Amino acid sequence: MRTCLVVDDSSVIRKVARRILEGLDFQIVEAEDGAKALEACKRAMPEAVLLDWNMPVMDGYEFLGNLRRMPGGDQPKVVFCTTENDVAHIARALHAGANEYIMKPFDRDIVTAKFQEVGLI
Amino acid sequence: MTPLDYEYLRKLLKERSGLDLSADKQYLVESRLLPLARRSNLAGIPELVQKMKGGAEMLTSEVVEAMTTNETFFFRDKIPFDHLKEAVLPALAQARAARRSLRVWCAASSTGQEPYSIAMLLKEMTALFTGWRIEIIATDLSQAVLEKSKAGLFSQFEVQRGLPIQLLVKHFVQKGELWQLNADIRGMVQHRQLNLLQDISHLGTFDVIFCRNVLIYFDQQTKAGIFGKISRMLEPDGVLALGAAESVVGITNLFRPYPDRRGLYQPSTAPVARAGAAHVLKAVASAAR
Repeated sequence: MRTCLVVDDSSVIRKVARRILEGLDFQIVEAEDGAKALEACKRAMPEAVLLDWNMPVMDGYEFLGNLRRMPGGDQPKVVFCTTENDVAHIARALHAGANEYIMKPFDRDIVTAKFQEVGLI
Repeated sequence: MTPLDYEYLRKLLKERSGLDLSADKQYLVESRLLPLARRSNLAGIPELVQKMKGGAEMLTSEVVEAMTTNETFFFRDKIPFDHLKEAVLPALAQARAARRSLRVWCAASSTGQEPYSIAMLLKEMTALFTGWRIEIIATDLSQAVLEKSKAGLFSQFEVQRGLPIQLLVKHFVQKGELWQLNADIRGMVQHRQLNLLQDISHLGTFDVIFCRNVLIYFDQQTKAGIFGKISRMLEPDGVLALGAAESVVGITNLFRPYPDRRGLYQPSTAPVARAGAAHVLKAVASAAR
């Protein structure tokens, strides 16, 4: 079973994402900020990352830069999932190596469509 | 809603749009028409039917539109668009190199996600079609959805269902809570109101026809009639795309499916030996492998 790392400081969002992604046959690992997410990636590189932008300690943008520089860090498909819904943020995310981008609020259809788009489903 | 009201609506919808509601679709009628009744300051569906019987033509049109407007999203089902990009359009670019024109028809185009998906795809393939006359005709029974389509304005939810983020950034601008397609993409699509039950031959002939997720609502005889019309409007080496749940099998012999390529069809009479047809078949076949 493939693993998806869900990175969000909101436990409610992590719970919603877990429910959706488990329904898509992913095993879920959770992290509440970018630093904890990096530690999780060092332990085991996931196939997918669902990533919030604004988080304490280390935000999603900084995490993504660090991830892409790690050995094997180019492998996971990274899908931002954030309330930042302007073109400038989206462009920055793509430039930093994000594969897709979800603007909150989201639902199962959107997550499914985005994961299909990057070949995870 | 009384059984008589339901029968009245079934008959009217069949006559006006070809929509073939089975006896157990009361829930669908209620979910679609109750909001319309409320908007029209009517207590419920019996009152709505009463008003229609009294000759309220505008309201009757709105009822037909409400019942025939269907869900759509960008690059729906993905596979037909992959075939277009990787095989069908490159092949047609070769086959039509002399005349340098391409005509695409999206029948029952609803709020525009399908024709605009094709427009964006063609825009991404500019190298193949520079200087070509490209026509994308979007038709629908409902004037209301055509107006929405023309505006090219979509909600945040709509632009996240099937549309790759790179295309959103490239071809849309934010308008408050909404996203609007850029004028160059909107300008590639022509909108026309059209009832598939009526004479549609005036649209001319096409290289690609998308007629997806609309025939499922028609009875067999109506479907066969529409396939007959479409067959006369599709170039001999043209391509017909149907919805994932639709097929020609058991309905018409005018089209044959491409083996192992779900959703794509070609006229049965297609002269496979013709250069154009051979290009299309060969390219589609290799893309499907």
